[in-house]
Amino acid sequence: MKITDDSPSVLTALDRPNSYIGRSVPRPNLARLTQGRGQYVSDVTLPRMAHVAYVRSPHAHARIASIATDAARKSPGVIAVVTGAELAKVMTPWVGVLTHLKGLKSAPQSPIAIDVACWQGEAVCAVVARSRAEAEDACELVDVTYETLPAVADPEIALEAATPVIHASLGDNLCFERKLDVGAVDKAFAESDVVVETTFVFGRHTGVTNEPRSIVADWNVGDKRLTVYQGTQAPHMMQDLFAKHLGLTIDQVRVLTKDVGGSFGIKVHTYADEMATAALSKLLKRPVKFVADRIESFVTDIHARDHRVRAKIGVKKDGTITAFEIDDLTGIGPYSVYPRTSGIEANQVVNLTGGPYACPNYRARTRVVFTNKNVMCQYRAVGHPIAVAVTEGLVELAAARIGMDPLEIRRRNLIADDAYPTGSASGLKFEKLSHHESLAHLDSMMNYAGLRAEQKKLREQGIYRGIGFASFVEVTNPSAAFYGVGGARISSQDGATVKLDAQGMISIHSGVTEQGQGTESVLAQVVATSFGISLDKVRVVIGDTDNTPYGGGTWASRAAGIGGEAAWQAGKALRGNVLAVAGAMLQAKPEDLDISNGIVIDKTTGNERLGLDELARVAYFRPDTLPPGFQAELMATRHYVPRGWPFAFTNGIQASYLEVDTDTGFVKLLKHWCVEDCGTIINPQLVDEQIRGGVVQGIGAALFEQCLYDERGQMLNGNMADYLVPMAVEMPDIECGHVVSPTADSELGAKGAGEAGTAGAPAVVMNAINDALRPLGAKTLTDMPFTPGKILRALGKV
Amino acid sequence: MNGLALDISMTVNGEQVAERVEPRQTLVDFLRDNLGLTGSHVGCEHGVCGACTVRVDGDIVRGCLMLAVQCDGAKVETIEGLSDSGEVADLQAAFEQRNALQCGFCTPGMIAAAQDLLKKGGVPSREEIREHISGNYCRCTGYQAIVDAVESVAQARAEAAK
Repeated sequence: MKITDDSPSVLTALDRPNSYIGRSVPRPNLARLTQGRGQYVSDVTLPRMAHVAYVRSPHAHARIASIATDAARKSPGVIAVVTGAELAKVMTPWVGVLTHLKGLKSAPQSPIAIDVACWQGEAVCAVVARSRAEAEDACELVDVTYETLPAVADPEIALEAATPVIHASLGDNLCFERKLDVGAVDKAFAESDVVVETTFVFGRHTGVTNEPRSIVADWNVGDKRLTVYQGTQAPHMMQDLFAKHLGLTIDQVRVLTKDVGGSFGIKVHTYADEMATAALSKLLKRPVKFVADRIESFVTDIHARDHRVRAKIGVKKDGTITAFEIDDLTGIGPYSVYPRTSGIEANQVVNLTGGPYACPNYRARTRVVFTNKNVMCQYRAVGHPIAVAVTEGLVELAAARIGMDPLEIRRRNLIADDAYPTGSASGLKFEKLSHHESLAHLDSMMNYAGLRAEQKKLREQGIYRGIGFASFVEVTNPSAAFYGVGGARISSQDGATVKLDAQGMISIHSGVTEQGQGTESVLAQVVATSFGISLDKVRVVIGDTDNTPYGGGTWASRAAGIGGEAAWQAGKALRGNVLAVAGAMLQAKPEDLDISNGIVIDKTTGNERLGLDELARVAYFRPDTLPPGFQAELMATRHYVPRGWPFAFTNGIQASYLEVDTDTGFVKLLKHWCVEDCGTIINPQLVDEQIRGGVVQGIGAALFEQCLYDERGQMLNGNMADYLVPMAVEMPDIECGHVVSPTADSELGAKGAGEAGTAGAPAVVMNAINDALRPLGAKTLTDMPFTPGKILRALGKV
Repeated sequence: MNGLALDISMTVNGEQVAERVEPRQTLVDFLRDNLGLTGSHVGCEHGVCGACTVRVDGDIVRGCLMLAVQCDGAKVETIEGLSDSGEVADLQAAFEQRNALQCGFCTPGMIAAAQDLLKKGGVPSREEIREHISGNYCRCTGYQAIVDAVESVAQARAEAAK
């Protein structure tokens, strides 16, 4: 087994006795998954449970003239056939807007379409039956009469006067627009030696979680409570939304999330069919299960990245970047997705473009428009892959124009490592980044000079290899600035409760969730360290709104940095409480004691004084032996939200080495590197695996993945045979390195690591392909994904 | 239930089972819904993702592309059986040690596919491992950790066989 681990030791202030911070311990929850004993929502069955299948619009835009359900109602096994109008009696519609995205507008969306279907795949009728198969049989018998309406399929024409307006009440098809003009952009371009201008196109793609979206909703009339088993990243957010739209208090809703078969941002949104499933349970007074099949996933899981960016960079001959300018257009489907909105990705593109560079002149515009395609919303690395590809694409094109090495132009423009705290032209605030140290680390890790020599030699033999780079910043640990200030009831804080049980073992209850990132391991490592106990005596409880402190869940790379800090503090607080008990039992001052490896010790000598099992026995069963008036408190809760900085920015740099077959247009990925700075590294292996998985998702965007639509708004490749995803044989080995700049906003100092890989990978693959083809005079490729056909066209071969 | 139903019997993880099924029912739905063997997962239902990979009469198959009625009289092995027998214990340990799974949804199928390669013996190259598991989709790991884990088990088994 080759386990590359370049992480430096980061024990510093966190170096408690037997610290687990910085150690690659295996995750505690894996054996059940390797043995097939996990419990995904698709595995859940309940007494009286019914299954729902949805009749979905085959048209991108159509008026629903009539729905005849008689034949379906008589079909074997059918329990109910429910239209949007009928479901509206138990569930209210929603509108996906945030007040801090000024001017962002959207139309009310219902769980099942009423009157008009706005995209191919929108549910227009529900069929509930004893089995999914019987529900699908009956769906075939629902007779919907549609009057087709003109579909707005192309974002480019969405704002033209002749284009139909999708929601008449909104007046036009513009969802959101933002403009920014900082410094003296025109003057900077005028004073540049070279100005490079091009258009970057990003294919609309989607998350393709291996487990499709799944939900079992169980309205218990007796308890007047709704229990929802849902594969979600944000149980408390969903609890709030189910309650709000079903007219319940949040106390009446319990959301349970056990194993989740992949999420990547796909499972953090409100989906009409999942909301409808909860409403159907309330209507029918029994558990109802919905599991999306793969075609439903392709036409209803949020899509992302459908952006076209006209972009411009100015440089001087010495490599100084003088200005960036972008004009971004994105088509998000017919609704802004609730409650996070579909304006965030575009907003991030504006915020992040040019982010790594000390360039004061920046102009940006983004326009977010409605179209009759599936909805778009936040997916792993929201906006970053676009901003990074635009920025880094421009930087390498500029470098090529002035004949400068691509690493050298970065050295001359990246924000200096001693410049912090500082900010970007777009207004981002950076606490501490390490662009130059990361670049230097990457340079040596990949043996850049050696690769350039090899590339040159192979070119002489007709073998075309390319090297591409991308520096980037990543948004992590979001405060309330992300959603809360805009009015969304999405918690930016998270809580952790730590308990000592009657055998002296620890349980942690946390509001963050696990979809495979290693959340449970991180929480256990953090609490084991701050409390002072071995990992095997720590159990983690997450994913249950009845039994965890209120929290935001896992998204935007927040679980370790925010949930981890809350757990760290709760572990410390419980240690204090336990030492108070120990002090009472041992007639010692609590401040002279500590806990190490589950045993109370003398802080100075390290002598063992008292086992936690004995302490728990006395505290729980013989409290009469403790001093009068003393009450043991063996459960502690702490909450945490970043307050010093609105976001904890991380940074990094990636590189790709690849070979282009100039006869077939195929790209062979040879090697990939990523140096990343996510602050304190709690578990190096988990960080590296987040990076690797993220990189491969980004490679998918660069080379394979695209939701193809025709001009009528019909998705053409909604299956896994035609929508290509990265498989093992095409993927390279990925080498990870780290620089460590902890955030001072928390004691733990951890920032997020979940999105860095996806943020940078599309850019480096693009830059490497262009680097490979440059000697052949190929046209610059900026239209993702870079399929063999596009590459051959760029080479003029087809 | 539509149309006719057929009586089938087969050995699943060493246990004899007899059930009445619809001809249209896939093997993986039969395993999950009729027998409660939820370790085999349903990812795409059209034979691409490999999450439903199980072993039938010694060969790995897609549980979504084979019908339950086709397995009448067959010997079927799922992750539950492979786990309980200890046949893949070393692969499971290596996957856990190397964090070769994140969400775990692909893992039962991935382990079945890896065992199919390794039981041929020898130490396959990393390229051969990548090729062999290329019918199994993993969205989380980027595959490198899986290749590492499979490679380490191949080496350990070859060493033990010396």
